[in-house]
Amino acid sequence: MHIPDGYLGPTTFIIMYLIMIPIWIYAGYWVQKSLRSRQIPYLALGAAFSFVIMMFNVPVPGGSSGHAVGSALVGIILGPWTAVVTTSCALLIQCLIFGDGGITAFGANCFNMGTVIPFVGYYTYKLIAGNSEITSKLRIAAAAIGGYLGLAVAAGIAGFEMGIQPILEHTATGTPLYMPYGLNVTVPAMLIDHMGFFCWVELIVTGLGFAYIAKNSPEVIFNYKPPSSKTIEEQKEVGSS
Amino acid sequence: MKTLKPMDKTLKILIYALIVFVICVPVGLIASGTAFGEWGPDELNQSVGYIPAGFASLNGLWNAPLVGYDLPGNHQTIPTQTPGYYVSAIVGVFVVGGIAYVIGKAIVKRND
Repeated sequence: MHIPDGYLGPTTFIIMYLIMIPIWIYAGYWVQKSLRSRQIPYLALGAAFSFVIMMFNVPVPGGSSGHAVGSALVGIILGPWTAVVTTSCALLIQCLIFGDGGITAFGANCFNMGTVIPFVGYYTYKLIAGNSEITSKLRIAAAAIGGYLGLAVAAGIAGFEMGIQPILEHTATGTPLYMPYGLNVTVPAMLIDHMGFFCWVELIVTGLGFAYIAKNSPEVIFNYKPPSSKTIEEQKEVGSS
Repeated sequence: MKTLKPMDKTLKILIYALIVFVICVPVGLIASGTAFGEWGPDELNQSVGYIPAGFASLNGLWNAPLVGYDLPGNHQTIPTQTPGYYVSAIVGVFVVGGIAYVIGKAIVKRND
């Protein structure tokens, strides 16, 4: 889903940067307001995990390939605004050092992978989990489904951004200047590859990652409210034994 | 005296997990196909029969030092790609984690 330079025309990539600027600013503000200094190592780890997870390419029939992103998990654990920061860090380095994702398309990539995935993931998780206990199967399933849906919606949006190029940017005779395939190709292609394959990897990563942290260190989860002080003491005893 | 809090323990285990991920990273090389919409000029030319003019002017705008998560050179097989993939994973983990850590340190002030 890392759109390279040349697939989006200036209209689209400038709009995507303009959308991302306030999102980056607010994400910084939210992190400052909401996170505590002891959560900074988790923020750094979340960014590093996202980077590595994206290196696990999965082949799909037809010769294409792709990967999970991991930003739904960061969104659920440290909050979707934190995931904007961690995923944007990973995408920036992928773009500058590894040539994965374009410089002009950086805003679009940060929107698709760094914003849509964590927000869709987090709100899906929140909606399904409701008031269930932190380690309940329902909550773990909610996180997993959040990961699946987050990546699926982001893939559809990335497909849309690419697919509108032949309409927006073409020569006087109608020849596309950037992505030559239209919406009828890009959206189904992105959705089929992702919903059929990569979203399942995102589902497993998000479900397992959440289950582990919820069981062992629920206090890391940004909006976790301990049921009672006694329960925390018990959890600490269990955790350190 | 400081005892190891459950949070620190989780952090430690997550770091071990990250190391395991890095060790296993060559698994990602098995998928050699290009992702949809990430084709280079040659692949695009093969499938649509031309290189769109705007695409030609923007694609290749930036020369990344470790382009394609590989060391310089023409590596076509998984064994020759593996060293570059390892270098990329290690560089990426430290640089990405480091930048996120510095940003976190710079903006997070709450200690409660």
